[in-house]
Amino acid sequence: MKRAILLLRRRAISSLPVLLIVVIFTFFLLESASGDAVDAYLGSIGGGDAALKQALRESYGLDRSTLARLWLYLSSLARLDLGWSVAFDRPVGVLIAERLPNTLLLMGSATALSFGVGSALGILAGARPGSVRDRLLSIGSLIVYAIPSFWLGLVLSIAFSVKLRWFPIAGIETIASGKTGFSRALDISAHLVLPVSALALIYLALFLRVMRAGMGQVWKLDFVLFARAKGLSRSRIVLRHVARNALLPLVTMLGLQSAAMLGGSVVIESVFAIPGFGRLAQEAVNGRDAPLLMGIILTSAVLVIAVNFLVDLVYAGLDPRIGASEGGA
Amino acid sequence: MTVPSISRRTLMKGTALLLASTALARQALAQAAPAGGRLIVAADSEPKNLNPAIVASNGVFFIASKVIEPLAEASFDGKDGLAPRLATAWEGSADGLSVTFKLRDGVTWHDGQPFTSLDVAFSALNIWKPLQNLGRLVFANLEAVDTPDDYTAIFRFSKPTPFQLIRNALPVVTSVVAKHIFDGSDIAANPGNNKLVGTGPFKFAEYKPGEYYRLTRNENYWDKDQPKLDEIVFRVLPDRASAGAALEADEIQLAAFSAVPLADLDRLSKVDGIKVISKGYEALTYQLVVEINHRRKELADLRVRQAIAHAIDKKFVVDTIFLGYAAAATGPVPKNAPEFYTSDVAAYDFNPAAANDILDKAGYTKGADGNRFKLKLRPAPYFNETRQFGDYLRQALAAIGIDAEIVNADAAAHLKAVYTDHDFDLAVGPPVFRGDPAISTTILVQSGTPDGVPFSNQGGYVNPELDKIIKQASETVDTAARTDLYRKFQQLVVADLPLINVAEWGFITVARDTVLNVSDNPRWAVSNWGDTALRS
Repeated sequence: MKRAILLLRRRAISSLPVLLIVVIFTFFLLESASGDAVDAYLGSIGGGDAALKQALRESYGLDRSTLARLWLYLSSLARLDLGWSVAFDRPVGVLIAERLPNTLLLMGSATALSFGVGSALGILAGARPGSVRDRLLSIGSLIVYAIPSFWLGLVLSIAFSVKLRWFPIAGIETIASGKTGFSRALDISAHLVLPVSALALIYLALFLRVMRAGMGQVWKLDFVLFARAKGLSRSRIVLRHVARNALLPLVTMLGLQSAAMLGGSVVIESVFAIPGFGRLAQEAVNGRDAPLLMGIILTSAVLVIAVNFLVDLVYAGLDPRIGASEGGA
Repeated sequence: MTVPSISRRTLMKGTALLLASTALARQALAQAAPAGGRLIVAADSEPKNLNPAIVASNGVFFIASKVIEPLAEASFDGKDGLAPRLATAWEGSADGLSVTFKLRDGVTWHDGQPFTSLDVAFSALNIWKPLQNLGRLVFANLEAVDTPDDYTAIFRFSKPTPFQLIRNALPVVTSVVAKHIFDGSDIAANPGNNKLVGTGPFKFAEYKPGEYYRLTRNENYWDKDQPKLDEIVFRVLPDRASAGAALEADEIQLAAFSAVPLADLDRLSKVDGIKVISKGYEALTYQLVVEINHRRKELADLRVRQAIAHAIDKKFVVDTIFLGYAAAATGPVPKNAPEFYTSDVAAYDFNPAAANDILDKAGYTKGADGNRFKLKLRPAPYFNETRQFGDYLRQALAAIGIDAEIVNADAAAHLKAVYTDHDFDLAVGPPVFRGDPAISTTILVQSGTPDGVPFSNQGGYVNPELDKIIKQASETVDTAARTDLYRKFQQLVVADLPLINVAEWGFITVARDTVLNVSDNPRWAVSNWGDTALRS
């Protein structure tokens, strides 16, 4: 436990320069995009004259130099103030705090589902390499992996919402329902079934394939041969010896995929009208809302760093050699 | 309204009459629509400022028009195409220096305060004139608003201002907000910009960002028969395909502003219980326009512009890109504005051979690769149709030996490239005709607009004769003479082609057939929906 805290502190400190680079890089990337928040806003309201444009630019501080604005942003960031969103006219911190839980719920459920089911199916496929079961699962996963997520989302909603009417079509919960407590949780779960399935299916296929490939490698190792020679039952060999060791690359991928899933949720959040982080990012880009986009990217970076830290902890639990080297260094 | 009574005997007379009688019964049902119910509507955007007095735009009106009302609304059958709202009568002086509004008596704000002429004077002088994107133009010469009593407001102008313009602009630029909420505050930062307090049939109840806006019935609305609905919920659905599916699943009952893609309309119109309505957007006609950069020497040549006009098959554009939900344009004023429209303009029939001929004769000969010259073409990103027309235009130009390179960009980049940097040769734009050519149309061809003004003449076109007509029309108080000037304006524009008008279109509403009284005025989607009801 003490080691984990020490590790956390070291990670946090070493992450600061990374975050600073992310902020400065994003700032200049946005700066290089043609058009600014005032252009985007005037387009959305159907026009205005030159004086209005100038007045808006001044009120957004866009008339100042690039470096002055970067300095202003960094100094407010140092006070843990994420700034003011131009496109929404609200504080960036509040916007992020509103939207992040929905996305974490979506991503968390989808990750748990895809990791759990994906690795289980991967074990099933890898337990008897080359069998009919293995081939069916492998081909099936390839097909699912090739499907674009927005299409999968639309197909699911047409089948299960429009035709069968089993699940609600959009949103995170029934609008203005006044539900609380358990019934609200149930309501939210019903709304999450389709988007989580759409998001999870793609990653499920990925986890399945990685698990299966990992098992294929472990089967050939000496200690598995030894276990078989000892006469252990097949299921014991598969679960205790092969699967446990094949799980390691999966955990690594879990960390990597958390970032990819954040991107994948943009599409799913749009299709299912979930007010999440991904959609907020899309709106920030469309509105050329620099402070909001920086806030989103910064939060995402912190999230990815946090997930990777957790993954490392799990990794250490699975394979003691790794933890020992980190702690001793 | 009285419904003709039908005796039992008449009913027995035959099937034809029987059919007619069911139609009447249906109409009677619509008039005496049941009260109550929650209408759920698709919204595809969340405006950051919901105050229609500051931001006159369809996105804002869509939600705010139910809460905050203008002095008058557009109407299919009212005098001068208007129906009274907060004003009951309006009259312009002969010298064009004043307009008198009689205001409605007995109106209260949603917070209980009485509505008076002071609210109108405050809105006009402190918001419409200095702050509103469109009012800045219409009320540029507004000097004072006299309020001799609570129900009279007299607008005084420093220069003669055509009453026709003020009248036509009423629905768009005169949303009245409460003086007691905005007076003495920083108007741009006032929370009243998003927590709307108005006089309309619905009160602003709740906004959940990313999810919905909820409006509830105003029990004290000045029209005692309205509203019919208990609630309107605007549900944020950013994905267009999802909006169609949500209608099918009956999770929403109405999608306006073509929230459902045109390509899905045919399928949806066959679904039981769903109707596709193209009425109700007559006063919000969008125009598909080829914007031309006259700084480019080839395009400064009228013959080249004529050749381009001859190369565009308007019928194909209407039938294939708009799937029939549009009309071919003849000039800068749409047919939906009959007050000003004239068909007596030059016509450029679709004729690529003639276009090639014109270009050959003008000396723009084809090179070894079959091309005469290259152009940069920027289609605006706002609608699927503007982008698709960009693709079509590229092919149409290829047929006459002009090689157009398409440059796509998002809204902010497109606006900057075209209207600030002038980094284009041709652009495809969707300007809106807003009831009067002086509001947002003449600016498309008038010279001398400063850089960076969106939806304006940024192609650098200069025509002193046209400028003179525009200026004259802006000062002409006499309605007939002013209308005549705008006819001349259309003829000049089409003859000299500073831009090419290709098509004009309104939007499509898709609704469940349980929603009654849909599209009953020319800007229905952005009107107050006081008589809209749900059949139980």
